[in-house]
Amino acid sequence: MAVSSKVIVIGGSWGGIQASLAVLRKLPANYSIPIVLVLHRLRNFEGSLQEVYEKRIALKAVEVEEKEKLLPGHVYLAPSNYHVLLENDHTFSLDDSELENYSRPSIDVTFMSAADVFGDNTIGILLSGASKDGSSGLKYIFENGGTTIVQDPDEAEVSTMPLSAINSIPGCQIMGTAHIQAYLLSLHEH
Amino acid sequence: MKLANEALFEQEVEALINEIHTHYGYDFRGYARASVYRRVKRFLSHKHLRSVEQLREAIFADSFFFENFLQEITVNVTEMFRDPSFFLSLRQNVLPILSTYPFIKVWDAGCSTGEELFSLAILLKEEGLLDRTKIYATDINQKVLKQAKEGIFSASNMPAYTSGYYAAGGKQEFSSYYSSNYGSVKFDSSLVKNVVVYPHNLATDSSFNEFHLILCRNVLIYFNRELQERVFKLFDESMVSLGYLGLGKKETLAMSQISSNYNFVDKNNRIYRKSN
Repeated sequence: MAVSSKVIVIGGSWGGIQASLAVLRKLPANYSIPIVLVLHRLRNFEGSLQEVYEKRIALKAVEVEEKEKLLPGHVYLAPSNYHVLLENDHTFSLDDSELENYSRPSIDVTFMSAADVFGDNTIGILLSGASKDGSSGLKYIFENGGTTIVQDPDEAEVSTMPLSAINSIPGCQIMGTAHIQAYLLSLHEH
Repeated sequence: MKLANEALFEQEVEALINEIHTHYGYDFRGYARASVYRRVKRFLSHKHLRSVEQLREAIFADSFFFENFLQEITVNVTEMFRDPSFFLSLRQNVLPILSTYPFIKVWDAGCSTGEELFSLAILLKEEGLLDRTKIYATDINQKVLKQAKEGIFSASNMPAYTSGYYAAGGKQEFSSYYSSNYGSVKFDSSLVKNVVVYPHNLATDSSFNEFHLILCRNVLIYFNRELQERVFKLFDESMVSLGYLGLGKKETLAMSQISSNYNFVDKNNRIYRKSN
């Protein structure tokens, strides 16, 4: 598969699973941009988030493995208890350093790392959640010329995370999940 | 595409990594970069430094400052009984086999501040093996090694460590292993009476003994493939026939040349056994 010059990074916490499923549901199996999904989870939670996704979306849902290459047609799920970073050669690194915003994985960490590698080709999407994680990272994507989208707080199951991001990034785009999905479909290159 | 200021920052860090190697002998060239860049940015911000050039000057002007930098760049975040199922599996699948040896040697590689070391010592004690086990605990970082054998940890972590201990098959009152004082706890020093700590750099140093069990968890994720391979070979040279290797939950031998000589004892918990 061809390497994409873009990346989509999605973050969510409380309500983030449902919101991300709504966003990803109609994306085709050969969707041209790799997607990295960072959801807050219980620490030392051993269940499989992968199963939740693989039955419900056409894209291939896999847990991030270190050194693996980012490929189109995939949704990469951040593993529990590790931060996910991106390398310049478009492979993943994992990091078990300090919690950020009481979280590991932290959305900020992945958003910033994506912007460092992909610059203005980064598309950051922040969904429902009861946390402030993600705001700094989304702001960083914005400052690096990337696209920043926040789930409409009126629609989000928990609006804390979207509201926090909207406050810190007045220039971000606010959309409902259906609108976000339509936007992502418009980016798909056949 | 990557922004120009980020590209410049990364170039400066690359130059710094080379200079550190020449000047101090620490070799970070095989480290995975995303984490290094992030740690450097974090360090710059904590120290209120405005540029990599300022950092460079401070590092070469003052070896104490460099020690400080070293501690920040190498991640020293750790906890007791991290992934309790790993320790439960050690207790159930590995220690009973090790108990057939008259004398057991263990290498805790990248022991950091000692949380894993004490977790392991508690397991060995409860399985009746502590008195005939010698643990070699090593780390690149001399500063954390001073703490590794002290067993002084923050009391605020004890609720989490206690549940980890029981999930790992703990058999006692966890609090019987430590005494509390002013917001910290100190673990019983008899747990580490057979422990030797000393500096060892996985990127540059060689094998120094043979072991029945090597633990190296969440260290290799910070290395590139070449350095990972170096370390796997080092472990293989340091492993007795039928010895055990325990890695972090997201680390694997699969890409290594030595993998053909190792079998899973517990795939989920990344515990391997050397076949001959």
